[in-house]
Amino acid sequence: MSKIRTQLMLCGGTGCSATSPAVREVFEKELERQGLSEEVQIVETGCNGFCTLGPVMLVQPEGIFYQKIKPKDVPEIVEEHLLKGRPVEKLFYVEPASEETIPTMNEIPFFSHQMLRVMRNKGLIDPEVIDDYIARDGYFGAAKALQEMTPGQIIEEMKISGLRGRGGAGFPTGLKWEFASKSPGDIKYVLCNADEGDPGAFMDRSILEADPHAVLEGMIIAARAINSHKGYIYARTEYPLAIRRLTIAIQQAREYGLLGEDILGTGFDFDIEIYEGAGAFVCGEETALMRSIEGKRGMPRPRPPFPAQKGLWEKPTILNNVETLANVPQIILNGGEWYSGVGTETSKGTKVFALSGDVNNIGLVEVPMGISLRTIVFDIGGGIPNKKEFKAVQLGGPSGGCVPEQHLDIPVDYEEIAKVGAIMGSGGMIVMDENTCMVDMARFFMDFIQDESCGKCTPCREGTRRLLEILNRICEGKGKPGDIEDLEELSSVIKESALCGLGQTGPNPVLSTLRYFRDEYEAHIYEKRCPAKRCVALLKFEIDPDLCSKCGACFRHCPAEAITWKKKDVAVIQKDKCIKCMTCFEKCKFGAIF
Amino acid sequence: MDEEILTEEALILNDIRSHLTTFEKERGNLIPILQMIQEKHAYIPREAIKLVAEYLEIPVCEVYGVATFYNQFRFHPPGKYPIKVCLGTACHVRSGDIILENFERKLEIKEGETTPDREFSIERVACVGCCALAPVAIVGETVHGHMAPSKVEGLLLRIRIEKEKQEREKLTISGNN
Ligand SMILES: Cc1cc2nc3c(=O)[nH]c(=O)nc-3n(C[C@H](O)[C@H](O)[C@H](O)COP(=O)(O)O)c2cc1C
Ligand code: FES
Repeated sequence: MSKIRTQLMLCGGTGCSATSPAVREVFEKELERQGLSEEVQIVETGCNGFCTLGPVMLVQPEGIFYQKIKPKDVPEIVEEHLLKGRPVEKLFYVEPASEETIPTMNEIPFFSHQMLRVMRNKGLIDPEVIDDYIARDGYFGAAKALQEMTPGQIIEEMKISGLRGRGGAGFPTGLKWEFASKSPGDIKYVLCNADEGDPGAFMDRSILEADPHAVLEGMIIAARAINSHKGYIYARTEYPLAIRRLTIAIQQAREYGLLGEDILGTGFDFDIEIYEGAGAFVCGEETALMRSIEGKRGMPRPRPPFPAQKGLWEKPTILNNVETLANVPQIILNGGEWYSGVGTETSKGTKVFALSGDVNNIGLVEVPMGISLRTIVFDIGGGIPNKKEFKAVQLGGPSGGCVPEQHLDIPVDYEEIAKVGAIMGSGGMIVMDENTCMVDMARFFMDFIQDESCGKCTPCREGTRRLLEILNRICEGKGKPGDIEDLEELSSVIKESALCGLGQTGPNPVLSTLRYFRDEYEAHIYEKRCPAKRCVALLKFEIDPDLCSKCGACFRHCPAEAITWKKKDVAVIQKDKCIKCMTCFEKCKFGAIF
Repeated sequence: MDEEILTEEALILNDIRSHLTTFEKERGNLIPILQMIQEKHAYIPREAIKLVAEYLEIPVCEVYGVATFYNQFRFHPPGKYPIKVCLGTACHVRSGDIILENFERKLEIKEGETTPDREFSIERVACVGCCALAPVAIVGETVHGHMAPSKVEGLLLRIRIEKEKQEREKLTISGNN
């Protein structure tokens, strides 16, 4: 029998993996030295979610949570905690507001407001060990679907659950499956969209890294529902760890008879292959994704016909997002009623968000639908760092919009979020403080969209380029009267006439920032001023003598020697030498440079 | 330098030829083949496009069209120290673009280019999943978090010192032999 009494669940997620391998190495040495190697096991888990505090580690079964572990802390943890049973308090989490130390994970506010369904196994299992997954009821849902349910019952259960696609559009999953199940044909495909194109999001990647089997299980159930025998996971090449874990998971599932022929002795065959996408945002769009698997340029085509009728290689196909599929096993296991017990009228269950930007607690959070955005930003996220003011939160990335302070109390709900001009999106949630320039944000997203436009339809190819030109001009101080109106008109034309979702939603960031922050556009255009002090071309590189504390920090750090300063004197920037590298802005703690 | 690249390319092309045969001659294998080349050689030489087209018996322009469509594929050899600057949304909010500009200014090349001595190249990437460390730059495989304009110079200096140290060590080793 195994003598293991303690498990160290060390986070090996992408955020922590910059530093956790070094920590692990010292742990291995120290455990060996103290003779604990037999009793204490180190488990490398997927993303724990609390990336700000990385590297993090959970000691099981006690549930003690250590944060920001450095290699030099390890000997103390091993000696004090693991050998003598005295947890190391200085590595506990400290609640910033109350300055209270919190030893266990479940009591930390970041975690206590969350509801874990999709991510229920994160940080608790070794994603490379199928037995760990099975021990937590893994593949029970698939077994039930295959052994006890008809395809019609599976689809019915999915419809009752109210689950909607988590890839952005929010289409009801049960309905999608029903269409495909009714399409005639012997060959059908189940596809998983792991392309995660939003440039500020990492939910799907973290799910795949932390719990790959959940996605495979969801695909098996989907396959049974539409009677498909072949599935593909379209994953970004940029996600090597996720792809490695999926490859291992598929291999193990085959060995256990959960993939391949005659699954669980039911006579049902299904197998999954990974297809590595080559990096193009538009390939996240369903018809483009299918073209890409066929080895072609990933260009969308008009719909109908919908993929449920004619998809991959012209066969009926369903495509679902990673998070959507990871929800499926528990819906089948616990029932659709159970699932829909959480959420609002039209949005059921939970949603995973990648919370980042100007917020204290950056990381991955899973919340029940219906929770307010304010709770996410201020309670789970811990508010804005450095005593700055909240400005807006951006949802849905390049297809989405921003939600300003006055709407922060709206609930997480597809329809409510759409009402204020943003979208639920796939889960990117970027908090922005007073120093974020909203014109620059619109420019940033348009730069992305313009670059990623596949070029097939004219409104998107040409229109987004013109939008970007106007925005670039405004940010460079060359805006002129009429620009705002041109932006609005062009945006609405592109939205109406573009071929696919990329173009149809591409102008959203422009429209949404114009809706709430028109004054910032006006300041750029008419006063040649960037209120957030972010657009470099609009900065004067002068020092406000009233704000300057005469500390000389800017002078000491200027790499161009463009600043003169003497003790007790206000610093002066010599504009002919200044290279506008922004080092002085970074170093000035008093906001004296403008 | 051009000659150097040419002989190097000849070697690369030979290697590609020998690996092509492990793929079946199917249209659907075009992207996986290009990925194999990109992974093994870090870029796709112009001549390789012809090789692939011949092998799959499809027009050169089609291979070229697919290769240029996807962001993953590069057509120039990267530097020995490839620098990737994250311009994902979280990094942008924390001024990732200013970090990029500082790298460009210091190395006197633009994003997508390689320095003439082929030591450094600069590339932009979107969200590398380390948003908690934003803004992020990646040199080789190492993630450098919380970048700031003032840290760019120091980082490059560190790489150069590291390199000189390695070269000196190499010299002493070969000197001892
Ligand atoms: C330009 C564009 C990019 C998209 N990118 C993604 C993506 O990266 N991941 C994703 O799951 N869905 C993406 N989608 C949505 C997919 O087209 C599709 O709706 C979704 O994968 C369906 O799965 P779901 O119903 O489970 O959400 C994108 C759509 C468009 C128009
Ligand atoms: S945006 Fe740069 S790491 Fe996520």
